[in-house]
Amino acid sequence: MTLTESPPAATREPTAREAVVDTRGVPPWLGRLGSAFLNVYAAAGFVYLFAPIVVIVVFSFNQPKGKFNLVWQRFTLDNWANPFAQQELTDAFIRSLKVAAVAVIVATILGAFMSLALARYRFRGGGFVNTLIVLPLTAPEIVLGASLLSLFVNRGQPRGFWTVTISHILFCVSFVALTVKARIRGFDWTLEDAAADLGAGPWRTFRKVTFPLILPGIFAAALLSFSLSIDDYIITSFTAGQYVTFPLQIAGAFQREISPQINVLASMILLSTVTLLVMSTVLPNRRHRT
Amino acid sequence: MAEVGDRGQRRGTWQPWALLSPGVLWLALFFLVPMLTLVRVSLSEQANRFTQEFEFSWRFSNYTDAVSDYAGIFGRSFLYAGLATVLCILIGYPLAYVIAFRGGRYRNLLLGLVVVPFFTSYLIRTIAWRTLLADEGPVVGVLEALHLTSFLDTLGLMENGRLLATWVAVVGGLTYNFLPFMILPIYVALEKIDVRLVDAAKDLYSSAPRAFVKVTLPLSLPGVFAGTLLTFIPASGDFVNAQYLGGPRQTMIGNIVQNLFLVQNRYTSAAAISFILMIIITIAVLVYARFLGTDELAA
Repeated sequence: MTLTESPPAATREPTAREAVVDTRGVPPWLGRLGSAFLNVYAAAGFVYLFAPIVVIVVFSFNQPKGKFNLVWQRFTLDNWANPFAQQELTDAFIRSLKVAAVAVIVATILGAFMSLALARYRFRGGGFVNTLIVLPLTAPEIVLGASLLSLFVNRGQPRGFWTVTISHILFCVSFVALTVKARIRGFDWTLEDAAADLGAGPWRTFRKVTFPLILPGIFAAALLSFSLSIDDYIITSFTAGQYVTFPLQIAGAFQREISPQINVLASMILLSTVTLLVMSTVLPNRRHRT
Repeated sequence: MAEVGDRGQRRGTWQPWALLSPGVLWLALFFLVPMLTLVRVSLSEQANRFTQEFEFSWRFSNYTDAVSDYAGIFGRSFLYAGLATVLCILIGYPLAYVIAFRGGRYRNLLLGLVVVPFFTSYLIRTIAWRTLLADEGPVVGVLEALHLTSFLDTLGLMENGRLLATWVAVVGGLTYNFLPFMILPIYVALEKIDVRLVDAAKDLYSSAPRAFVKVTLPLSLPGVFAGTLLTFIPASGDFVNAQYLGGPRQTMIGNIVQNLFLVQNRYTSAAAISFILMIIITIAVLVYARFLGTDELAA
């Protein structure tokens, strides 16, 4: 913490009278009113956060007139009964799942190794590696997309599954490395010494002690980067070429049609990520803190 | 403040690099090399729009042309991103505060609720805002019922009773889409505050608002700082909100880059514009960091 030097209220000695005035400056009813206002404000904030989500889910039950599912007509369960009715959309969805699967596996392995190295060891060059990890997440997505496109075009590399996957691995590696690092910060590495003292070799120590302790963090990071990958539009629009992923399909068809299946699939993604996330935080509730 | 808590950290020579090398190699190959390629392309000459061959020729006119052609759009992008960032602080700070200090045992649940909306697709969320802000949509409907439309027209917040295809819709969309990046770091900073400090201030006869201004607020500034960066940077390069919620007069620099790269095939100018965007953002971040100076970005 850097800002601890300015001690509260000690910059100027308040006289006793002033102090009394200060406390009474806010009458209790005003304090209560302010407090209630703050709660209402926060509640309004949540309404704002959920407004479009409600629209997405509600409109998955809509039976649109014509090709655009933008105006409410009437309730139907047809869309949920036939979530894969739109062939192009389904194909794109499957492409996104494939990219996300490969990207997450590779990125989780690379990222977890990096965070392990950064958390477990003290060594020269750690600062440089940290910066290298943070940069892809802080650079605007459009610049990342543009730079990868420049590279692929310059190399005459045709764009497709692999160029999309490569770009997704890039931002997922950074994301996994950062989140896992944050999760295992404060880890007590002397536990490994204890295991060694009890006769465990390095591999066994890792398998029996270290890995189980950092696994929940890795799992959560993998899950989040999966949703990052499946959702990515900006970078993918640069690196995809003709390889149309789910967001690209929605964007491409936007002028022609917005089918309710989009809402169904989006609600499904939402539902499954939330379920997995709740499970990953509730089930392994053997929280370790040092 | 990073690794102070890690007991028993090892001193490593080759081991950390063995673990790091695949990831570092990936980042070097697909982050650093592409960035250098981008710079190279931005200084190259493209014979015509139908080839993808570039001749490197220190062509700085790509940059001067970009600035003279798109200065106004650059300005608009940073204005919108700045407005969205301020709005994110105004909405996000109280929200994070309420969750951190009044959430009680529902803290994690409330925090989860902040994140949940962002597990739906970015694009679909933005399209949902179109439905909400449409001329026959609920928001305009309520404003019409309250007879506020002409008043908001004169304030410049609506255009002829419309919200869609106005700057308000674009800034609102940007604010919405980047709000969690503001809330989460502020929450993390607030959560770390020792409540006893605030109590101490009150024991020393500080009023609640004064204790907030003198104790809580300064201690939470690193969170605001990180949140500002995480909001402003992606917002200034965004093109989705301007494309789906704005009209031709809300074009942002992201739309230009995307259009030049993917529609017009004008790679060299597009590369120059992207790089200018990157430079301006870097300078802005450095200047901003000097004022609020922390290195908590990664926290």
